[in-house]
Amino acid sequence: MPEQRPRKQIHLAAHFPGVNHHTVWTDPASGSQIDFDSFVHLARTAERGLFDFFFLAEGLRLREHRDRIHDLDVVGRPDTFTVLNALVAVTTHLGLAGTINTTFNEPFELARQFASLDHLSGGRAAWNAVTSSDAFTGENFRRGGYLDHAKRYTRAHEVVDATRALWDNWPADTLVIDRERGVFARPVTPVHFSSEQFEIDGPFVLPRGPQGYPVQIQAGDSDEGREFAAAKADVIFSAHGELADGQRFYRDVKDRLARYGRDRDDLKILPAAGFVLGDTTAEAHERAHHIRRQQVTPQTAIAFLEQVWGRDLSAYDPDGPLPDIDPAEDVNITRGRVRHAKDPRAIADAWRAKAAAEHLSIRELIIATTARQQFVGTPREVAVEIDRYVQSDAADGFVLVPYLTPTGLDEFVDKVVPELQSLGSFRTAYTGPTLRHHLGLRHPHDSSPANDSTGQSRHGTEGVRAS
Amino acid sequence: MPPTSPLLLGLELAGAGAHPASWRRADSRAEDLFTAGYWVDALRAAEDAGIDLAFLPDSFTLQTAGAIGRLDAVAIAARAAAVTGRIGLIPQASVTHTEPFHLSKAIASLDFATKGRAGWEVTVSAGEAALFGRKPEQDGRSRWQEADEAVEVVTRLWDSWEDDAEIRDQATGRFIDRDKLHYIDFTGAHFSVKGPSITPRPPQGQPPIAVRAADPHSVRLAVHRADLIRIAAPDLAKAAATRSELRAALAAAGRDPNRVRVLLDIDIHLAATVDAAAAEVAQLEDWLATPAPATVFHIGTPAELRDILREVENECAADGVVLRPLALPAALRHLPALAPTLRERLGLPRPANRYARA
Repeated sequence: MPEQRPRKQIHLAAHFPGVNHHTVWTDPASGSQIDFDSFVHLARTAERGLFDFFFLAEGLRLREHRDRIHDLDVVGRPDTFTVLNALVAVTTHLGLAGTINTTFNEPFELARQFASLDHLSGGRAAWNAVTSSDAFTGENFRRGGYLDHAKRYTRAHEVVDATRALWDNWPADTLVIDRERGVFARPVTPVHFSSEQFEIDGPFVLPRGPQGYPVQIQAGDSDEGREFAAAKADVIFSAHGELADGQRFYRDVKDRLARYGRDRDDLKILPAAGFVLGDTTAEAHERAHHIRRQQVTPQTAIAFLEQVWGRDLSAYDPDGPLPDIDPAEDVNITRGRVRHAKDPRAIADAWRAKAAAEHLSIRELIIATTARQQFVGTPREVAVEIDRYVQSDAADGFVLVPYLTPTGLDEFVDKVVPELQSLGSFRTAYTGPTLRHHLGLRHPHDSSPANDSTGQSRHGTEGVRAS
Repeated sequence: MPPTSPLLLGLELAGAGAHPASWRRADSRAEDLFTAGYWVDALRAAEDAGIDLAFLPDSFTLQTAGAIGRLDAVAIAARAAAVTGRIGLIPQASVTHTEPFHLSKAIASLDFATKGRAGWEVTVSAGEAALFGRKPEQDGRSRWQEADEAVEVVTRLWDSWEDDAEIRDQATGRFIDRDKLHYIDFTGAHFSVKGPSITPRPPQGQPPIAVRAADPHSVRLAVHRADLIRIAAPDLAKAAATRSELRAALAAAGRDPNRVRVLLDIDIHLAATVDAAAAEVAQLEDWLATPAPATVFHIGTPAELRDILREVENECAADGVVLRPLALPAALRHLPALAPTLRERLGLPRPANRYARA
């Protein structure tokens, strides 16, 4: 019999529901997506459930559809840093992760904002670095003009390297605070950071934060994105929810780590996932079906269709058949989100075939094609399923995306978390103060191994991580 | 025109204090300067003492002496939002290197997190261009021209959502009425911004804007755009004259001078007795000599400071003050003695005792 490895511990994070059709704003229990109390409720629930971190996405331009502001989903969100800093006051252990774009922010400013969050939270900051080359978003930012598409990952790497150089500017012994001798700090030698896109000269303004570097998250799935994650990220936020697909992605990304002198445990893979619970399996599936219909309203179904067809389809009946006209070639009718249709004719043909075979209306087809990974069942079933994904290396955990703001996580924390704990796969208390502790990640400047969440020491890892 | 009564009380929280040697005091909490505890305690103490406005100075550059290092001021304000309840939080944020789109949503979000207690002190930054490596160092005129554009962009973004834009209309499936969201389409010499904001209009609509009027460029911006104008003056007569000039300039710019508050900086060090205060300041100066203050200052007891505040009011020297403690934790202990009484808040004098001999 093969030697059994210790049970992997599940990492969970909570995504604040964002501006997309998954958020069911029509539900009577749906609250404000902007009032601070909503953020407080979700963050406190996540902390009550002993989650690793709370995750906040970012928007830098409102989405448009057919040249007008998209009005069918939640619109509007606050500033990432401001909300995360404010949430520090109402939580004690929860990690606070924010998406911040590397294209429209400057390294010095970013480095100080993240260092401030890490100091003010006692080591709970995380940064989901995303890139954008989009002139559409760029229209809100004209300090330095637009960025050539091919340069966006170059810039992302350089921004991360520059922020790390700045965070490293104050060696550990810089602060002296000797009142008698009148020495507050040793002199700080200015940073000289030079790269293809940046020339930065001068001292940084803060000591290193408690985590050394904030936890680095990466969300892209392209080959470049995977390579970026393997080189620099601590957490990867993948979209590969389905088991076999998840396992392939997991292997691929973890295999890349060795190239950068990193261990397989140095990068945690956390796909995004939804969940729907019920007292019985049948009830959960019924609820899930009802939620899908609330997510894909008749108007949303037509808007999705228009993304593929590239033309106004408002005259079509959402409960009727797909249009018999052909899609317009290469018309990007929705801006501000990832393009849905790269080859519209092929997608239209596939959709027609599927609709014909399964007798689906427009709305039913969109419901079927926009479904994403979610766990549906009783709390026990959902716990067992999540555990199966983690134990079989399809993931290290999940970033849960509730469909309701702000109470969408309550039921999960009350009912699924105890089941995960009874399986022996989830913590029953926080064991350390920082997000790096929760995730079992090394401190980038500390050669002594960190304790992971099972309490076992990690060995064979060397001090400073390359940057 | 008399100042509005009572005087607005502002407090500037600059690290260990405005004096660069203040961290050497035994009570300075210098070890805590990079922790939330230091700032939250200070802001709560200020709030409990009846301070109306907390100003949080900021800069990207390292101080040249004393306690060096600086947390982001907007971050400190946000960190304190949920643990304070009344005090106005006014972080400084420079517009020279920061995108106005980012600033707009940061201050709007601070306004949401504080439920309507956010402000913004507009500043520009000299000597920080190399830290960003994006554009050459600008002169004062160029920096303040750019600031003028930045304030225009930020305030337009705050208005880019009408208050009732969110409709959640189930019948039509529309979350917002997009006709109540507006592109700002701003194009200036320094940047152009399309809009609308991604953050809805904040609770205050337009969070108050503070500007320190210190040179012709900043005075111009203050007169055209500020709700709070900070001034420094060597004495109250000079302050009154500056206030009058600003009020005339406000009127000339087509603004109602009664809707803009002029706040006078007062550098302070408070102790139980005048001698103790003087001795403590002498110790600070002994550690590190500094130039004489460029504004009104008070080294002495809280009671005397109250007299000065009354004088500021009587002389029409300002509509409020910004107290700048030379040593912050030391000052916080004495602030409660400054809190205005209910009668003062109502603008009523303390009556003489009818039985006491005149």
